[in-house]
Amino acid sequence: MKKIIPVLLSAVMLFTAMPVKANAEPVTINVYNWGQYISDGTDGYIDVNKAFTEATGIEVNYMTFDSNETMYTKLKTGGSTYDVIIPSDYMAARLIAEDMLEELDYSNIPNYAYVDEAYKNTTYDPDNKYTVPYTWGTVGVIYNKKYVDEADIGSWDLLWNSKYSGKILMFDNPRDAFAISELLLGLSINTEDEAELRSAAYKLIEQKPLVQSYVMDQIFDKMEREEAWIAPYYAGDYLLMVQENPDLGFYFPEEGFNLFIDAMCIPKGCQNKEAAEAYINFLCSAEISGQNLDYLGYSTPVSDAKQYMNPDTAASEIAYPTSETLENGSAFCYLQTETSQLMDSLWLEVKTQGSVDSYAIICMSAVAALLASYFVIHNIRKKKRLANRCKKWKQ
Amino acid sequence: MKSKSLAAPYLVWMVLFTVIPLAIVAYYAFTDSQTGQFTLENVSNIGNYMPILIKSIWLALISSVICLIIGYPVAYFIAGCDEILQRFLYMLVMLPMCISFLLRTLAWVALTEDTGIINNIITALGMEPLPLIRNNGAVVLGMVYNYLPYMIMPLYTVIMKIDRNLVEAAEDLGCNGTNVFKRVIFPLSVPGIISGFTMVFVPAVSTFYISQKLGSSGTTLIGDVIESQFKTAYNPNLGAALSLVLMVMIFICIGVMNRFGDDEEVITL
Amino acid sequence: MKRFNKIFTVVVLFFLYIPMIVLAVASFNSGMDIAVFKGFTFDNYSELFRDSVLLPLLLNSVIVAVLSSFIATVLGSAAAIGIHSMGPRLRRFTMGVTNIPLTNPEIVTGVSLALLFAFVGTMMKINNILGFMTLLIAHITFNLPYVILSVMPKLQQMDPHLEEAAMDLGCTPVQAFFKVVIHEITPGIVSGALMAFTMSLDDFVISYFVYGPKFVTLPVEIYNYTKKPLQPKIYALFTLLFAAILLVMVLMNLLQVRDMKRNRENRRAFRRKQVNV
Repeated sequence: MKKIIPVLLSAVMLFTAMPVKANAEPVTINVYNWGQYISDGTDGYIDVNKAFTEATGIEVNYMTFDSNETMYTKLKTGGSTYDVIIPSDYMAARLIAEDMLEELDYSNIPNYAYVDEAYKNTTYDPDNKYTVPYTWGTVGVIYNKKYVDEADIGSWDLLWNSKYSGKILMFDNPRDAFAISELLLGLSINTEDEAELRSAAYKLIEQKPLVQSYVMDQIFDKMEREEAWIAPYYAGDYLLMVQENPDLGFYFPEEGFNLFIDAMCIPKGCQNKEAAEAYINFLCSAEISGQNLDYLGYSTPVSDAKQYMNPDTAASEIAYPTSETLENGSAFCYLQTETSQLMDSLWLEVKTQGSVDSYAIICMSAVAALLASYFVIHNIRKKKRLANRCKKWKQ
Repeated sequence: MKSKSLAAPYLVWMVLFTVIPLAIVAYYAFTDSQTGQFTLENVSNIGNYMPILIKSIWLALISSVICLIIGYPVAYFIAGCDEILQRFLYMLVMLPMCISFLLRTLAWVALTEDTGIINNIITALGMEPLPLIRNNGAVVLGMVYNYLPYMIMPLYTVIMKIDRNLVEAAEDLGCNGTNVFKRVIFPLSVPGIISGFTMVFVPAVSTFYISQKLGSSGTTLIGDVIESQFKTAYNPNLGAALSLVLMVMIFICIGVMNRFGDDEEVITL
Repeated sequence: MKRFNKIFTVVVLFFLYIPMIVLAVASFNSGMDIAVFKGFTFDNYSELFRDSVLLPLLLNSVIVAVLSSFIATVLGSAAAIGIHSMGPRLRRFTMGVTNIPLTNPEIVTGVSLALLFAFVGTMMKINNILGFMTLLIAHITFNLPYVILSVMPKLQQMDPHLEEAAMDLGCTPVQAFFKVVIHEITPGIVSGALMAFTMSLDDFVISYFVYGPKFVTLPVEIYNYTKKPLQPKIYALFTLLFAAILLVMVLMNLLQVRDMKRNRENRRAFRRKQVNV
């Protein structure tokens, strides 16, 4: 008996340690998208994933990330596979360059034909092999009209205005954050020059004492509740926020701004490529794109979709800026791996800067010194005590 | 006796899932992320994060001390109650740990924010709002709140087991209340103090959620940096190196704490 | 002094329960903002029961907690009996290994397991290794030391001659083992299993590093939720959970108290009988 138990236990262990292959369930696809980035049935808008399941019978396992870098890390770390991901332009370029995307079979995506020509043959996917645009949009400054002086707005330097110290939020991802300081310094947002990147990082460090926190999706909550007053963010999300708090305002900074496209891709290792393509095709149809983006506030790359939108949204100058405004915007390009890594480490420097707390270091050394002296004194005393005891014993 | 072999599956499991993973962490710490070759770069980079590590240890230390100061009287009181009340109070101390610590921390955020509950009350009374959140104090509050039960638990267990006859003997030999505490109860509860201190210190020094929610943009702790290396900035090698340093630091700290126990010549837990 | 301690304990207990009060109040709030009470409503609760995401996640957490605590209890109790009969050197080594996950910060355990799984995944060419199994393995791993730590003391308290006595009285070794040893250490096993279950149910840090898209537990998803505007139905879920746990704990306490009283009376009655005899 005593021998059987360990054998049994080992067997149980082996069994549990064995990885389980996906079993025959109805087809499910893993979709990995930005947080707050699909119409999910709130406020009477369409529930896109449910509509897709009803139309095709394919289940959607929907997961979210809060920055391109988070998504990239998740893919790179391995261990899990996704069928559809929706990164931004520069990240799609990086994934293509690192051979992490599957080529799409566009015959399975007939709705691609409806995508406007302006969003095809882009710099990140020049031959239209890997991506289908999901939305496009702009980055600007969201501010609270109640607290922010109208005279201060207009430029990115509002985010460096010490008058609003502690009420300023900042992007929690390197590319968007660096773009802002680069624009303010008059640099290209695609610079690969080390000195320029360092000066941009320095600018961010300069801003740090004023920053309340580095956040992404939490911006919604913090801005709506007026915990923070100023935040750079995506224009589409401003349109969502202003519905909750009408005091919020938005402007395109005069130094220029980032113009982005978020694209649907299929990563290598995907389990159900056809189902994934069906999902991409579904999101690309004029009707779904229109209803989805009507809720999201981001801009659609399918012009036909506008007829399914609330006319006010379709006419919004924030979602669809005039061509004059758009001229001021610039898109991210692919950066060399070395540049990306430099940016990552500079960003870590920015985020960990200011933690140098001389006070803590002094106190810690004091504690260490106290501990050391305690042990030394204690040992001496102990020896004395022992010696005394020995003496007494001898006597 | 043959029943020794009953531990075999356990040992195999632990080697597979704790010893080997730690070896992999060490392997990552000494290799390059691009080429996979041996490098000391990650380890030499650690110098840059020393201030953060020191700050983390400092905040965790303060939290542990506060937990001890708060936890000791509570544990002492509970241990002195009659058995039924003891069980009930002990349960009350443990119960908050059953609720997700993420949400409990979030509740503290809701309380302490500039537009939070406390400040709403203060402004309603016509006073200026207080800067309660986003400073070191708020992080310490979060740590003390979350890990206080870990301090009370072992303290209570140890104090409860102290033989009442010893106390009576000390009293018979002429000790007054303070001296009984100083010479009998406190020395006997040292093992509980050490184990409580460890149980608070270790999670506090490595936390990342509490500092993210309650800290300012300047209170980045070592846990935050490690988390970011694995979750946002893909650099598991640096993250592994930092984990290794954190581990070594903790072992040193625990070693120092256990020295106290040895000196008091009592059995450590 | 005693009085001060009493008041102090009450204050500390109140401190421990402040967040629970906030969450409970927020669950009845009709507004979205947790800091401003707009009006009383049960909507959050009805919404919670209509929600198709949160309850399955809770079920996932419970499944992992039950399975991992069960396996950890079996493995751990067996191991404790094994360790008990080990020689001092082997025993020190085993306890050293047991101490690793206890003294290691959770984040290091999580990171090390994540690296292990990624490594195994690339070696075996399984690109979706993260999922239910990896979560279960991680949970068992951090549960095991707790089981061992609560079973070991019971084994040490046990009179080693009991087993021999049982065999002298005609038990086979197997019978003696089950009737005596297992019986003696059952309280330790139960408390270890309970501890493992709660640790596993509420674990966030380790799960956060080893979960996969196919199987997510509640605490991990709560973390993802806290990055977005939080929906009040989450407060409702946790208020209900808290109420349920409170109820179970109080009931258990009452039962124990009743048992204790009965035991005491029995003992008294027994003593009285002895005196009479």
